[in-house]
Amino acid sequence: MIPTLSHYLAVAAILFALGLFTVLTRRNAVAVLMGVELMLNASNVNLVAFNKFVVGGLTGQTFALFVVVLAAAEAAVGLAIVLSIFHTFKTIDVRAADLMRE
Amino acid sequence: MRTKKKLIAWTLGSAAVIGAVGVLSARLSPALAAGGARPVAGPFTLADGVFYAVAALTVGGAAAVALSRNILYSALGLLASLLGVAGLYVFLSADFVAVAQVFIYIGGVLVLILFAVMLTNRIGEVNISNASLGWASGGLLAAVLLGLLLVVAFEIPWAVRPMAGTPTTAPIGHALLQQWLLPFELASLILLATLIGAIIIARKEIRAE
Repeated sequence: MIPTLSHYLAVAAILFALGLFTVLTRRNAVAVLMGVELMLNASNVNLVAFNKFVVGGLTGQTFALFVVVLAAAEAAVGLAIVLSIFHTFKTIDVRAADLMRE
Repeated sequence: MRTKKKLIAWTLGSAAVIGAVGVLSARLSPALAAGGARPVAGPFTLADGVFYAVAALTVGGAAAVALSRNILYSALGLLASLLGVAGLYVFLSADFVAVAQVFIYIGGVLVLILFAVMLTNRIGEVNISNASLGWASGGLLAAVLLGLLLVVAFEIPWAVRPMAGTPTTAPIGHALLQQWLLPFELASLILLATLIGAIIIARKEIRAE
């Protein structure tokens, strides 16, 4: 049987749920960012799948490209913030970062 | 006191989850009654095998990210998952997005994440790498969401149209410079701002003593 829209949606759903689980349970800030990346990827799979099966054209793919660009920007700034937190608090436990200054 | 607070939090949380499930299932029931398009059973071809392998790579990588105790293994799982997603894009005949995924995510974001792991992880401290909290509540929330999404994926009768896959690189280039020119330029502006902001945030401050 040929993979239908539902197959792609199911893969994206599992990916999103695992990303959400990562964000909710991890204390390591880098791991939380990884979870966010997983969720963004899941939404991207949905965009491209709906573009292919339902909408047609290229709008979904272009939107997915913008999502990829913004995800890269988010990762760069997020990891810079993580490094800054590490310099300040000497840990990247997300529970430790409860101050905005030293 | 603490247990009481925890009890209240759990009660509120489960009430919210149950309420969300109830509301969503009520909204979904008309569509569900219509019945989803069942996948047509056919011969299991090589392409299907490759699809399931790619999907397994994606899901397995994501599971490694979510469940691994070692942050480095999580990063490697993310690599597998991102590769799998690129494979899914190839299956969806989105060639340009697939290549962009490999270039940007695996070539850029993943290397950045590995750098952050190496720079922030102290090898001597094992417990910093990964103790986790709230497995039960996080797992419950993720499982409920997964169930809902799977019901939506398989039971809604999507208006699927047969579409042929065509090469997308040239049309995407035209679309970016004609229809989506303003978002395109805004994205470049955002990337520039990100570049400067990341440098300023991450550099070590040099203070005059």
